[in-house]
Amino acid sequence: MAHDTAHHHESNTKRIWTVFVILSVITIVEVILGIIKPHFLTDTSFLSMSLLNWIFIILTIYKAYYIAWAFMHLEGETKGLRRAIVWTSIFLISYLIFILLTEGGYIYEVYKTNHVAWDF
Amino acid sequence: MEATVVRTGTEGKTWGGGNEPLKASYGKLMMWFFITSDALTFSGFLAAYGFSRFKFIDSWPIADEVFNHFPFLHGVDAPMYYVALMTFILIFSSVTMVLAVDAGHQLKKGKVTFYMFLTIIGGIIFLGSQAWEWKNFINGTYGAVYTKGGNILQFIDGDGHRVALSDIAVPEASVRVEHEASNGIWFESEKSLPSYSIEEVKAGFGENSDLLIRTQMVNEEGEKTILSREESIAKLNSEAVGVVEGANLTRNEYGPPLFADFFFFITGFHGFHVFSGVVINIIIFFNVILGTYERRGNYEMVEKVGLYWHFVDLVWVFVFTFFYLV
Repeated sequence: MAHDTAHHHESNTKRIWTVFVILSVITIVEVILGIIKPHFLTDTSFLSMSLLNWIFIILTIYKAYYIAWAFMHLEGETKGLRRAIVWTSIFLISYLIFILLTEGGYIYEVYKTNHVAWDF
Repeated sequence: MEATVVRTGTEGKTWGGGNEPLKASYGKLMMWFFITSDALTFSGFLAAYGFSRFKFIDSWPIADEVFNHFPFLHGVDAPMYYVALMTFILIFSSVTMVLAVDAGHQLKKGKVTFYMFLTIIGGIIFLGSQAWEWKNFINGTYGAVYTKGGNILQFIDGDGHRVALSDIAVPEASVRVEHEASNGIWFESEKSLPSYSIEEVKAGFGENSDLLIRTQMVNEEGEKTILSREESIAKLNSEAVGVVEGANLTRNEYGPPLFADFFFFITGFHGFHVFSGVVINIIIFFNVILGTYERRGNYEMVEKVGLYWHFVDLVWVFVFTFFYLV
C-alpha cells in the first residue's frame, strides 16, 4: 500500500512539471503574439472580433483548463463534483458575457448614430 | 422505544444515503463552493469591463502604450514583458503550491515546508510587482489634457513619439496657488494641483510648431487618430479645459475614466485575493512547521489552501488576457 502511494506520486510530480511547461509555453506564445501583432491576424475578423483576440481567448481557456484539471485536481474528482463546478460556471458566465457585450455594443451604436455629441 | 425504519429501496446506491457520493470531504466541498461563487464574482467584474469596453470600443486605450514599463529600463518602450514576468511568478508559485500538496500526500513534512515557503515568497513578489505596476499607472508618463466633453488629448511630435507635458509647457508666473489648510479655513484643503496649468500647455503648444495632438479615437488601422497642426491648434484652444497627469478614479491620461476605474478595481480585487492567499498560506505554513498536520495524519488543509491559491492564479490568467492582450 505505502509503496503504491509513493509510486503514484512520483508520476504526479512529473505531470506537474509537464503542465508547468505547457502553461509557460502558452504564455510565451501569447506574449510574442501580443508584441508582434501579425497583420493577417489583426486584420481578419471572425464574429466581429479579430482572429488574434480569438486566439488569445482560446489559449486562455486552454490554460484555465490545465490549471483547473491538473493543479486543482479536478481530473481526480468524481464526475458529479466536476460537472457541478464546471457547468455551473460555464453556463452562467457565458450568459452574462452574452447579454452584457450585446448591450455594450448596442449602446456604442446609440452613441455613434444618435444626435448626442460627446466629443466636445 | 422503537426506531422507525423507512425502506426506500435505494440502499447501496450512490445517492441512497449513508454515503459520500462526491468522495470529497466537507472542507474541500465548501472550498469549491466558495471558489465557484468567487469565480462568478470575478466574471461579473470582467463582464462589466467588457461591457464598458464595447461601449467605448473606438476610444479605449491601447494596453501596449499604457503598460510599457520595466524595472531599470527607464524610457525604454517595453510592452508586455513586465506583466508576462508577473504571470510567470504567479504560475510558478502555483507549481510550488501543487508540489507542496503532493509532498503532503506522502506525509513529507520537510518538503511541504520548503514548497509552502517558496509559494509564499512567490506571492509576496507578485504583490510587490503589482504595487510597482500601480505606481507607474498612477504617476503616468507623459500627461495629457482633457476636454469639456471629458475626452483625452495627448501630444506627439513630428515623428509620432509621445511628448510629455514638461517638454511642452512654458512656465508662467503661477496663476493659481494650491490652497492649503494652514493658509485659510482650517478644515478646507484641496488636492495637489497639476504641475502645469492648461494656459502654460496651450502657450507652449503654440510656440512649438512640430507638435501635434493625438485624440483617443482609434482609426481603422487600430491606431489613435492624429490631427493635423491646424486641427490640433483649433481643438486645443476651443476644447481643452484642464491638465491631467497619471490616473485616479475621476480622470486618467490614457483614455475614458472607466479604463482606470476597472483597472484599479479588478487588479485591486485580485491583488487583495493574492494578499489574503499569502496570509492564509503563512498560517498554514506555521501549522505545518508546528506539526499540526503531522499529528493529524493528513495534510488536507494544505490541499484546501492550495485550491484557493490556484484559483487566484486562474483569475490572473483571465485578467492578463483581458487587460493586457485583447
